[in-house]
Formats: sequence, C-alpha cells, structure tokens
Amino acid sequence: MSTQPRFAEALLDPEQPVPDGVVDPQGRPAGKRFNVYRNNVVVSLIDAMETAFPVMRKLIGAENFRNLAGLYVRQHPPSSPLLMFYGADFPAFLDSFAPLAHVPYLPDMARLELARRHAYHAADAAPVAADALSRIAPDRLMQLRLTLAPAMQILPSRYPVVGIWEYNMVPDAPHPPAEAQIALVTRLAFDLQMQTVSPAMASFLNALHQGAPLDTAFDSASAQDSAFDLTAGIVLLLQSDLIVEIHL
Amino acid sequence: MSNTVKTLAVASAVAAAVVSHANTASAQSKEKCYGVSLAGQNGCAAGPGTSCAGTSTVDYQGNAWSLVDAGTCTEIKLPAMADGTARTGSTEALERDLPS
Repeated sequence: MSTQPRFAEALLDPEQPVPDGVVDPQGRPAGKRFNVYRNNVVVSLIDAMETAFPVMRKLIGAENFRNLAGLYVRQHPPSSPLLMFYGADFPAFLDSFAPLAHVPYLPDMARLELARRHAYHAADAAPVAADALSRIAPDRLMQLRLTLAPAMQILPSRYPVVGIWEYNMVPDAPHPPAEAQIALVTRLAFDLQMQTVSPAMASFLNALHQGAPLDTAFDSASAQDSAFDLTAGIVLLLQSDLIVEIHL
Repeated sequence: MSNTVKTLAVASAVAAAVVSHANTASAQSKEKCYGVSLAGQNGCAAGPGTSCAGTSTVDYQGNAWSLVDAGTCTEIKLPAMADGTARTGSTEALERDLPS
C-alpha cells in the first residue's frame, strides 16, 4: 500500500500503527504527535456532525450522539471538502443501525436536517412576479411549464417529521401529532421556511419540478385527491417564491 | 372533464391565486430584524464548516438578525437591558449586545 491510503486509514483507526515517515525531529516514529492529530481529525468531524444534526442530537442525547457520530465519521470520512454537506450518508447509516431501530423516525429526521441544509445552500433564484401568470392567455396556461426554485426540498415520511423538528427547535411548539407528514422546505431570501403539505400537493409540486406542464401536474394531484384545490397550489407556489421561470 | 372546462378551471384557479396572493403579499413580506434573536438561534442554517452556524453568542445580539414580518421588527417585545434601557429591534445592525 502506498503512503497516502495508509496514512488516511491510520487517521481513522486508533489501532493502526503510526504510518512510516511520520517522525519527530530525531527521526523516531512520532506516535504521540500522530495520536494528537488523529484525535483532532475525528473530534472535529464529530463536532461538524453536531452542528449538522441538532435535532438528532436532542433526540438521542448529547453523549449518545457523539458516540454515534464517532462510529459514523470513521466509516464515512468526508468525500468532499465542502463540510456544509457532510453527513450525506448518515440517514442510510441509521437505516441499518440496529441499536437505534426502536426509534424508527431517526433516519427521516436526519434526511430532513440534510434537506434543510441543501435548501439553505441552494443557488439563489429570483422569483417571478405574481402578475406574470395573469398576463398569460387562458388557453396557454394548461401547457405552462415552470422552473421551480432550486431551494425546494420535499421529504415524505411515515412519521411526523415536521412536528418532531418543531417540537425540538421552536419554543412552545405543540406535541407532534401521530401522523405521517410530508415536509416542504423552501427559502424566502435567506430564511428557511418549513411546512407540511398533503400527498396531492406533493405530487403537484414534484410533477412541476420534473418539468410536467400545469395540466399534467394538476391531473397527478387530482389522482391523489379528487378534491385537490389548484388555487391553493398556485398560492403556495407564489407565497413560497417557488416559481423562478415560466416557459410558454 | 372536457378540455374546455378544464382550461376554464385552470384559468380561474390561476386568476384566483394571483388575486389572493396580491391581497396577502404585503402581510407576507419579511424584513431582516437585528437585535431580537436569542443566542445561537439567529437566522442562519448554514451548518458545519461555515462561520455562521448559530454563532450569535449573546441573547438579542445587535448585529445578528432574524427574518420577521415586515413592519413588526421594532414592535417585538424584548426585555430591558441590565441598566434598564429599553431594547428594540432594528432593521439596521445595532451596536448594543455585542459579544465581548
């Protein structure tokens, strides 16, 4: 094995010996120095995980979270220098982490915390003015395609993920309801907004996001719920600054 | 639904939405409000590896902001400062309550 992979492997495994060539000024293996470095690497990544997943940390407790993050960072060291997205594999790691299987909503909470970060760091996109829609001839509206804001994130869950998030992060928030929730994360200027949406509304947004024309998106929402209110769908698009481009 | 009926339904839904949005838009707009957020809860969700992950370190820090409904910033009720001076939010950064 060449020097670099061996060095990287030893960084994450305290049982590994000091890599060759890591020496003190006298040319002896610099075990203590390497251990300090090795410790800093893991501790700083655990700190990053704490910053990244504040609700997860509250849910399982600070000490448990550090232990869990310690396992995670050794198995999934950063693959990108962009630390703000570190932890992308954490939900999948939790899916298969048996000791926490009795808290089944944890993986989705990790997904939600990641989705919020992706929404925050998504490219800026100026929303179109609402009256741009009213200037379009009625017979063209059906075939309208929209580019939605890159910040939009939709996360369906079998658990009340938005309720659990708010209960832990918003003072005086009510107890989470016992229901499945679909989280919609959007961004107004620099501020994240989060709300729950119905399955029909999620279908509507997903269809538009995938480039479907307005009537097809409407159909897919109506297939979920025949009472789907298109006006409410358009209002949501406008209020959440979701429409960034209109294609006639 | 026939295509004509559907076209009309879509058109009226869009028209209704635009009107409804116009009526609520002024209430919905947000502004940056300085000096009202609690320590670590300022409007930033940037995450690890950034310098602003909830980094306001004192309550009501004057140069940390949150987005609030437009027009409400200076009306947010805040406790008075230690010397009894009243605190108010501001749409511009403040000199008070800075971390030492």
